[in-house]
Amino acid sequence: MSLETRIYRKENNLKFGRLIKASFKDLIGSHFLAKQLAVRDIRSQYRQSYLGIIWAFITPLMTALVWVFLNNTGTVQLTDTGAPYPVFAFTGTLIWSIITESIHTPLTATKGAKGILSKINFPKEALILSGFYKLLFNSAIKVALLVFFVFAFGVGFHWYLLLFPLVLLVAILFGMTLGLFITPFGMLYNDVGKIISVGLGFLMYITPVVYAIPKAGFMKTIMELNPLTTLVVTSRNVVLGHPPAYLFNFLMILVVSFLLFFIALVFYRMSIPILVERNG
Amino acid sequence: MKDDILIEVEHLSKKFCKDLKASLWYGFKDLFAAVLGNKNERILRDKEFWAVKDISFKVKRGECLGLIGHNGAGKSTLLKMLNGLITPDMGVIKIKGKVGALIELGAGFNGILSGRENIYNNGAVLGFTKKEIDSKVEAIIDFAEIREFIDMPVQHYSSGMKVRLGFAVAAQMEPDVLIIDEVLAVGDLGFILKCFKRIDLILPNTAIIFVSHSMPMVSRICNQIILMEHGVSVFQGEDVAKAIDMYYNSFLTNESSDVVFTDNSIELVSASFDDVKHENGMYIINWGDTIKVNCVIKNLNLKTTPYISFAIYDKEQRGVAEGFPNGQSFEAIETNNEVHFSFIFKNLYLSKGVYNITFSASEDYSRNIYYKVHKAITFQVESEREIWTSFLIDSELISRN
Repeated sequence: MSLETRIYRKENNLKFGRLIKASFKDLIGSHFLAKQLAVRDIRSQYRQSYLGIIWAFITPLMTALVWVFLNNTGTVQLTDTGAPYPVFAFTGTLIWSIITESIHTPLTATKGAKGILSKINFPKEALILSGFYKLLFNSAIKVALLVFFVFAFGVGFHWYLLLFPLVLLVAILFGMTLGLFITPFGMLYNDVGKIISVGLGFLMYITPVVYAIPKAGFMKTIMELNPLTTLVVTSRNVVLGHPPAYLFNFLMILVVSFLLFFIALVFYRMSIPILVERNG
Repeated sequence: MKDDILIEVEHLSKKFCKDLKASLWYGFKDLFAAVLGNKNERILRDKEFWAVKDISFKVKRGECLGLIGHNGAGKSTLLKMLNGLITPDMGVIKIKGKVGALIELGAGFNGILSGRENIYNNGAVLGFTKKEIDSKVEAIIDFAEIREFIDMPVQHYSSGMKVRLGFAVAAQMEPDVLIIDEVLAVGDLGFILKCFKRIDLILPNTAIIFVSHSMPMVSRICNQIILMEHGVSVFQGEDVAKAIDMYYNSFLTNESSDVVFTDNSIELVSASFDDVKHENGMYIINWGDTIKVNCVIKNLNLKTTPYISFAIYDKEQRGVAEGFPNGQSFEAIETNNEVHFSFIFKNLYLSKGVYNITFSASEDYSRNIYYKVHKAITFQVESEREIWTSFLIDSELISRN
């Protein structure tokens, strides 16, 4: 029986291709650990709570309610959204919350494991995968709610709806890729996490979350430059049964995110020893 | 299989940064450097120091390397490198086979969840598959001896119970290389005995690196030792007892007697061994020597002679022996006078090591203590035999059938 030999030295003189392969192998291989960690966190969270899953969607729901209220009372005048406004607003905020959660996920998952990172050598990719599983769980609740709204507000069933999970997966891929690049810096400086939170708060208003893209003007230009616009609009269109508006942009995001995801994963993998050294 | 070198470490060094802000900034720069491969020679930057410097060793299957040294000597940093948690700045580590680390027990536990659920969490973190845990879960519960509480949230466990459960899970590992960092210090006696039983069981098939401050434990299981000080190895070799002596001696700098109780009726002026070699604040005697002990007390306000007794402590402050000299009487004495005592300690069969004598004066045997001073005398026993227990019995074969 030949034993696996590990060699540790200062240079990580592995080739990028081999790093990707190793990283991917660990990502797949850590399914059980990732699932276990996700189940652990979800269970413990709900076991110590009476309201339980309500917390998963209360924030986007409240945001939407505020805007429905503002719109209905005429406090703010919104242009026609092409759909019943409550459904429009709910889909917007729910999709937005899924995107922001996926951006936050890698950092939150890594910070949550700070204690064991500096003690035990386990496949770090498991943290990302477990974050992804938790995200899927939370998103599933939100999607169920969304489907409920679709029927409750009379949009009804249409075939586009079946594309929604796929579109959402692309949004999650985009968010987590971005999050993976941010994580190493966020692990070093707390500022990074705060900046992301505050920044996303602003970003929501230059993304058509609670209102449609204006027909013309400066805001239209900004919004169309914003990749999140594509994700939000495409997701909402398939929910509401409209044809996808930015199909080309969407496919671009898919391809670019897919490629960058692997680079992000390798970057994350390489950064962990440095982060452990500085944090623990 | 035997005689495989499982761990090979060559010229290993690691630097650390004293300042948090600088450390984070270096981390930030290292992130970019790492992306580019960072083949540069590592040199000390501002506020950095070598936490581990130029350590080399080899450990074969069936061997145990002890790492000892003061807090902050670099032991844990070395372990982190061996465990692959941080990368070396210089040198190479080659490790063969499956690595198990007992650095933290119960990693991945969540307090809200039950012990049973946490067996799966901890097991998963340690790299077990679901199937493996399924098949071992009953053995783990039995090993931890907490079946009664296994479905209770772990946050209501006592710390000892948590450690038991954590060790029970970790004990299921069958590693080729095992790294142990001070985890055995917690837990009750039964638990420690159990841990050792388990370690003895796996040692023949494993290369172990053992970090501990407990020298009896080190001398019990290690066959080679590295004594570290400020990141460098100051002693390395198979002479375990010598390394332990050096470790103990490194604490000797601030040896001074220590009055722990006095009612101000007497004070100890001096205590010494008669006609014994005295070096570095220590008397050096041989195993089995008979020693004459002289004590001088100053009587402040006693009417009668106090009863004198002694206790001997080893370097770990464990009491190993007591002496209640016979023939003491309680004659009248004058105040503000010195009283000279001489005692004889017959055949001190203490094993090799450094010991302290505590001097006590009381009204009578174990009654109404007046005065007690620790480290009244420090002495070292020299012996050819290295053992980890406190006594070396004077024994010989007298017949054989």
